[in-house]
Amino acid sequence: MKKTIALFLSIVCVVALLTGCGERSKADIYFLNFKPESANVYRELAQKYEDETGIAIKVVTAAANTYEQTLKSEIAKSSAPTIFQVNGPIGYQSWKDYCLNIESSNFAKLLTDEALAIRDENGNGVYAVPYVVEGYGIIYNDAIMKKYFALNDKTVDIDSADQINSFATLKAVVEDMTAKKSVLGIDGVFASTSLSSGEDWRWQTHLLNVPLYYELSGSEDYADPTIAGLNAKEVAFRYATNYKNLFDLYINNSITEKGLLGSKSTSDSMAEFALSRVAMVQNGNWAWSQIKDVKGNTVKEEDIKFLPLYIGVEDEENQGLCIGTENYLAINKNASKDAQQKSLDFLYWLFSSKTGKDYVTNKLDFITPFNSFSEQELPSDPLAREVVRYMNDETKQTVPWIFTSFPSDVFKTEVGGALLEYVQGSKRWQDVENTVKSMWKSERQ
Amino acid sequence: MKIGNKRWFAVFVLPTFVAFCVAFLVPFIMGLYLSFCDFRTVSDAEFVGLQNYMRAFGENGDFLNALWFTVRFAIASVISINVIAFMLALLLTRGIRGTNLFRTVFFMPNLIGGIVLGYIWQLIINGILYNYGYSITSDATFGYWGLVVLSSWQMIGYMMIIYIAGIQNIPTAILEAARVDGASPIRTLRSIIIPSVMPSITICLFLTITNSFKLFDQNLALTAGAPSKQTQMVALDIYNTFYGRVGYEGVGQAKAVVFFVLVAVVALLQLKLTRSQEVEN
Repeated sequence: MKKTIALFLSIVCVVALLTGCGERSKADIYFLNFKPESANVYRELAQKYEDETGIAIKVVTAAANTYEQTLKSEIAKSSAPTIFQVNGPIGYQSWKDYCLNIESSNFAKLLTDEALAIRDENGNGVYAVPYVVEGYGIIYNDAIMKKYFALNDKTVDIDSADQINSFATLKAVVEDMTAKKSVLGIDGVFASTSLSSGEDWRWQTHLLNVPLYYELSGSEDYADPTIAGLNAKEVAFRYATNYKNLFDLYINNSITEKGLLGSKSTSDSMAEFALSRVAMVQNGNWAWSQIKDVKGNTVKEEDIKFLPLYIGVEDEENQGLCIGTENYLAINKNASKDAQQKSLDFLYWLFSSKTGKDYVTNKLDFITPFNSFSEQELPSDPLAREVVRYMNDETKQTVPWIFTSFPSDVFKTEVGGALLEYVQGSKRWQDVENTVKSMWKSERQ
Repeated sequence: MKIGNKRWFAVFVLPTFVAFCVAFLVPFIMGLYLSFCDFRTVSDAEFVGLQNYMRAFGENGDFLNALWFTVRFAIASVISINVIAFMLALLLTRGIRGTNLFRTVFFMPNLIGGIVLGYIWQLIINGILYNYGYSITSDATFGYWGLVVLSSWQMIGYMMIIYIAGIQNIPTAILEAARVDGASPIRTLRSIIIPSVMPSITICLFLTITNSFKLFDQNLALTAGAPSKQTQMVALDIYNTFYGRVGYEGVGQAKAVVFFVLVAVVALLQLKLTRSQEVEN
């Protein structure tokens, strides 16, 4: 009896080993996905593509905030990812030895504006192609805003949220709302300013984008603020007070006490918004899936709107949302020629075939920068629609994502740490300003 | 017969030896070499000499701060773990009712993984601090004591078992002789129990010291170094240097080598010291 069991077990082990090997050698394309929220959609897509063409795709998704780590260990393997992502020009710098020049590929030619692609130092070749355009600002719940503007004793003289067009108005509205929060049935105007480790990117990256955009677009040497940022050895942080304006507004009118912000995460904030406990939250259109999936959410789809991040600079009435991309796809230079071509074919299929495009617009909810998508082929979720509305509004000046030129992740982490300490009272605002300036300088070297 | 034995020796040792080489020796030597290299992935290394070591110490104070924090943590946790574990062991070898139940209960935290424990304690500590408008990241002191409490809670059970085994090994004849001679309980403890369990103390100190230095997942889950890296221990600092910054892989590797040497020296010193106190019984 014992012998039979032993034999059986060893057979199981051997079979398991063999099937393990078998599976690995089957896939030609290995896609290392960056977006955990779309992991299932990509797996479905891979299956569809295999059914259609017979070419297998291995999709691996890195857990949130671990993409660089995963890529680092995966790319050293013999079966390395053939398609991977770099985060903008700085990300490209760290992976440039692995990026194939794909200028002549069909996939790269899909770009509506070729200037969006990442090129080498001399401006030649195409090494990474952006695949999604995203926008962020202050997301607000119009139902609560309408309730506020209907109050007789409101202290502002505007009548709807879309008339807010400067920091001064925003501040007046927000502070009056905080005073009347019990009437409005909310616990705070802004959702928690999440500052726990790894959850502070909305402030140290996204919010910081705005003041530094104003500073860098004033550069005399470069017309493009992102290029100016990439070449800036130092920043003066001229709009630090403006940055403080909006950040202070967030934390002073928050649902959460300052001392507790260090334990809040982005999903906490999105849940507070989805449950209508707050009226506003700073985030981007990718947050729709988070709002939608919160259990018992009470915010209606048609009430979800965007406001730009007004920080109190001159002439900000025409400022639009922050729209750009940090998601670029690259092909592994060290993969076999055959695998490279198959990977490019897959990407071309994804962004130009009927099935592929259907997935991109309706399941991945991507606004793409590709000419293969018509005006009608846009995601239907409310935040993406708002982003498109702002993009098409001629009177609004879009703020580009210049944070792709921030010197390093360490720069962002240190700024996030300084913000946390400022909120908790162990640092003064001056220290935050100094951190931004000194870290920019030391990380740029 | 001797030759046969030797052949069998090879058969039994070889698989383990191969595994040891593949999983330990080769990576260790590679790591040592890589600490002198500039590299992105382990396959594209370029020799740069001592530069990584200089950067590890010189560039910013992170590594030294982490080291100092780790030492402070190690002192507090080694003392608390061993003192409490020893007292529990004394209590649970007196034949009190429910001894087995208590032993099991105290041992159980050791079966839970570090990440899970970290999050559990984060919830507990935050749950208390919330009432006063603080959270665990408000001040490095909270994180420090949080880590001490957490690691004590996890390790005490294990060390307790080792101490119990030591105490149970003491021949009852000696203890009885002491009682007959009229030795007070404290005298018995000092002159009989502690000298007799010296081997257990050696092991427990070794385990707690090395574990305290190497602590990683508990640190990551409880505070992740917040606020501003003030509660970052060496292992976490090495991880963040290696994975968190491009171009710092070699520096992380150099820190890891320094760390290894340091832990080895401390552990060997401790072994030498406590071994000399051991007595034959």
